[in-house]
Amino acid sequence: MSANLLNFDASKLAMHARRKRVNAVTLTLSLAAMAFGLFWLAWILIETIRLGVGGLALSVFTEMTPPPLAETGGLANAIFGSIVMVGLATALGTPVGIMCGVYIAEYGSRTWLGQVTQFINDILLSAPSIVIGLFVYAVVVAQVRSFSAWAGIFALSLIVIPVVIRTTENMLSLIPNTLREAAYALGTPKWKVIWSVTLKAARAGVLTGILLALARIAGETAPLLFTALSNQFFTTSLADPMASLPVTIFKFAMSPYDNWRDLAWAGVFLITLGVLALNILARVLFRKKD
Amino acid sequence: MAATLPATPYGSDKKKMERSALGGEPPERRRRLAWADTAFSFAAHSAAWITLALLAGIIGSLVMGAWPSIREYGLSFLWRSEWDPVEDRYGGLVMIYGTLATSFIALIIAVPVSFGIALFLTELSPNWLRRPLGVAIELLAAVPSIVYGMWGLLVFGPILATYVQQPAQALFSDVPILGALVSGAPVGIGILSAGIILAIMVIPFVASVMRDVFETTPAMLKESAYALGSTTWEVVWKVVLPYTKSGVVGAIMLGLGRALGETMAVTFVIGNFNQLNSLSLFEAANSITSAIANEFAEANPGLHQASLMYLGLILFFITFAVLAMSKLLLSRLQKSEGGRT
Amino acid sequence: MDTRTDLPTTEKPKLSVRDLNFYYGKFHALKHIHLDIPERKVTAFIGPSGCGKSTLLRVFNRMFELYPEQRAEGSVTLDGLDILQTKLDVSLIRAKIGMVFQKPTPFPMSIYDNIAFGVRLFESLPRVEMDERVEWALKKSALWNEVKDKLGQSGASLSGGQQQRLCIARGIAIKPEVLLLDEPCSALDPISTGKIEELIHELKTDYTVAIVTHNMQQAARVSDYTAYMYLGDLVEFGPTSEVFMKPKKKDTEDYITGRFG
Repeated sequence: MSANLLNFDASKLAMHARRKRVNAVTLTLSLAAMAFGLFWLAWILIETIRLGVGGLALSVFTEMTPPPLAETGGLANAIFGSIVMVGLATALGTPVGIMCGVYIAEYGSRTWLGQVTQFINDILLSAPSIVIGLFVYAVVVAQVRSFSAWAGIFALSLIVIPVVIRTTENMLSLIPNTLREAAYALGTPKWKVIWSVTLKAARAGVLTGILLALARIAGETAPLLFTALSNQFFTTSLADPMASLPVTIFKFAMSPYDNWRDLAWAGVFLITLGVLALNILARVLFRKKD
Repeated sequence: MAATLPATPYGSDKKKMERSALGGEPPERRRRLAWADTAFSFAAHSAAWITLALLAGIIGSLVMGAWPSIREYGLSFLWRSEWDPVEDRYGGLVMIYGTLATSFIALIIAVPVSFGIALFLTELSPNWLRRPLGVAIELLAAVPSIVYGMWGLLVFGPILATYVQQPAQALFSDVPILGALVSGAPVGIGILSAGIILAIMVIPFVASVMRDVFETTPAMLKESAYALGSTTWEVVWKVVLPYTKSGVVGAIMLGLGRALGETMAVTFVIGNFNQLNSLSLFEAANSITSAIANEFAEANPGLHQASLMYLGLILFFITFAVLAMSKLLLSRLQKSEGGRT
Repeated sequence: MDTRTDLPTTEKPKLSVRDLNFYYGKFHALKHIHLDIPERKVTAFIGPSGCGKSTLLRVFNRMFELYPEQRAEGSVTLDGLDILQTKLDVSLIRAKIGMVFQKPTPFPMSIYDNIAFGVRLFESLPRVEMDERVEWALKKSALWNEVKDKLGQSGASLSGGQQQRLCIARGIAIKPEVLLLDEPCSALDPISTGKIEELIHELKTDYTVAIVTHNMQQAARVSDYTAYMYLGDLVEFGPTSEVFMKPKKKDTEDYITGRFG
C-alpha cells in the first residue's frame, strides 16, 4: 500500500482517519449553519412579501389609518410621519455625530476627553433604544406635558448620533497621516485640513454611516412609543403626537381586527423594502468610491 | 552607456522661470481664517461634551424618574415578583428573569450557528459565493426588529406550537424537571419563542463580526498550520480561533447586548404576562423591554411609572455591565497574548 | 528547457520532479521542470523575483492546493511515491515534508505548545515523551538554551530570529524527511541569519533541505547543490561550486555576476 512507502504505522493511520472524520463532520455542520441562517432570511422575506404585497394598494398611500373593522383606510399619515421624523432626526443628529467623530479622531485622540468620549459613545451605542425613549419622555414629554413629534425626533436623533460618531471616527482614522501632513505643509489651517482634505477623503465611508443610521432609525419603534406616541389623523404640526409606521404596525399587529392586521403587514413590507433599499444604496455608494 | 546630465536645468525654457510677480508681498492671509479655526475647534469640542452630557442626562433622568420606586423598594425590587398596578405594588423579578432567560437562550443558539457561518464564509465557501452570502447575512442584520416581531407572532409562533411545543409536551410532560419546562398552553408564545426569535435576530451581527475577525488572520499563519499537516477544522479551531479570540469575545458580547436591549422582537411573542409561577419556557412571561413598551404610555405617574423607569435603569446597567465586562476581557486577553520583550 | 540534472551516482534522489508545469489561472508559472533533489544535502534555489522558485517549493508540500486557481501538472516523486497523483491524504504527505516560511509564524500559544502542535496531530504521546520530543526539537534548532526556562511563555514573546528557529523546531518535531525553507532569513537581522545558516548546516545530516533564497551569497555559503531559475524555467542545476565558479550557461553567469536581477 502506498502509505507504507512513507513508513506510516497502523496507529498513526487510525489517528489520521479519525481526524479526517472530525474534519468532515465539523465542516458539514458549518455548511448546515450557513443554510440555517439563509433559511430564516428567506422565510422572513418571503412571508413579508407575500402577506405585505397582498394588502398593498394605492389606498395605503392615500388614506389615513382607519378605525377597527373599517372598509377603507391606509397608512398615509403613518408613512408621512415616519418620513418626516426620520428625516429630521437624521438631519439633526448627523452634524453632532460628525463633529464628535471629528473631535475624537482629529483633536482628542490622545486626550482624556477623547478617550472618555469614545467609551461613552460605546455605551450609548449599546444602550437599549427603549431606555432612550424613557429619557426623552422624562426630559421633554413630562416637562411639556404632552407627546409630540419633536420628542420623537429628539429620541431618534439620539440613536443616530452614536452610530454616526462611530463610523465617522473609524473612517477618519483610516486616512493616513501623510495626507494631513501634506495639507499642513502647504500652510492650511487645521479646520480646513479636516474639512476639505481629511473629511473629504473619508466622505464615502461617512456617508455610508449616515445612511446606515437612517436605515436603523427607520425601523425603530421603541423610542417613539411614548414620545411621539401616535395619531389617528394626519398632522403636520410637530408639536402634536404624530403617527409613524413602526408604532402603527405595533398597534395594529397585536389587535384582533383583520383590516388592521392587513395594513400592518403592508406597513411591515414597506419598512423592510425601505430599509433594505437604503442598505443596498449604502453598500453601492461605498464600493464605488473605493 | 553613461547618462549625461543636461548642461542647464531647463534648457531654453529658462524664460518661463522668471517670476511673474517680482518683489511683491505674499498673498495676505484672509482674516476670517483665524476665527474659523477656533469656531471649528469649539464645535468639535462641544460635540464631545454634548455626548458626555447625554450620558449623564440619561442616567440622571432615569434615576430621578425611578426615584419614587427606588425609595419605596430599594434593592428588594430586584427579587420581588409581585406586579400589581391596581394595588400599586411592584417588583422586577419577572421581567428581569424574562430578559435574562430569553437572552441566554438566544446566545446558546446564536453563538455556535454564527461560528459555523463565519467558518463557512472564510474557509469553505467558493470564492464567487463569498460576497453574495456575506451580503445576505448583513441584510438579515438590517431587517428591523418589528418585522421579526410580527413574523414571529403571526407566522413562526403557530408553527412552533404545532411542531415543537405540542410534541414536546406530549413527550416530556411526565418527566420531572423537563415537564415543568414544557408546561403551559402551547400557543407559540413564551420565553422559548422569544429566545429563538432573538437568536435569529442576533445571528447576523455576531456572524459578520466573527467573519471580519477571522479574515484578519494572516494567510501565512494558516499555511504554517496546514504545512504541519492540519485539517481545515484543526487550523480554524487551534490557530484561527486563538488568534482572534478577543474579536470573537467582542462579537459575542455585541450579540448579548443586542439581545438584552431588544424590544419589538420580544414584545410580540413573549406574552406580556407578569407571572413567575412556573419556570416554563412555553408559558406567557414578560421581559423588561416588553413591560415598558406595553405599560408605560398608559401608566399613571406615580409608583407605576416610577417602577417602569426603575426597570429601565436596571436594564441600562445590565447592558453597561456587559459592555464593561467585554472591554475588560478584551484588554486582559490582549495582555495575555504575550508582549514582545 | 534542456538541463543536465543528473546527479552524480553517489547521490540518491529524495525528490524527483519530472515534466512539472504549474499554472496560476492561465499564467504558466513553471515550465517543464525536470530535477532531482539529492538526499541529505542542501539544495538552494536562486533566481530573480518571480522566477518561480517559491512556487516550485510550494508544489512539494502541495500548499498550492489551498488556492483553487492554482494547479500543477506532472510528477513529483518522494521515495518512489508520486505525491501529486497519490490517493494518500495530503496531511500525511505534509508530515514528511515540512516547511518554514518567510516571516516567522509562531502560533498564538506557548512555546511548548507550538512545538507540540504538529506532534499532537500525528502521535498521542504521554507527557514525559512529549517533553523529551520538545526538548529534542529545540536542541536541534539551537534554541533550547535560550528558552528552556520559559517554555510556558507565548511564542510571540521571542525575538524575530528566535521565532524563526521556533518555527524550524516546530517543523522538525514531527520528524519529517524533507525540510522546505522559503527565504527563511529574509525578515531577520544578520546575526540571526548567521545562526540559522549554521543550523542548516547541521540539519542536513538528518534531513533533505531545499532552500529558496534571493541572497546568492547565502546560497553559496549554505548549499551543496544550486538550481538557477528564470521566468519559470530551470536554467541550470549542479553542485554549488560548479554553478558559481564554472556555470554552464551564460544566463546563469550573468545572474551570478550581477549583470541583472
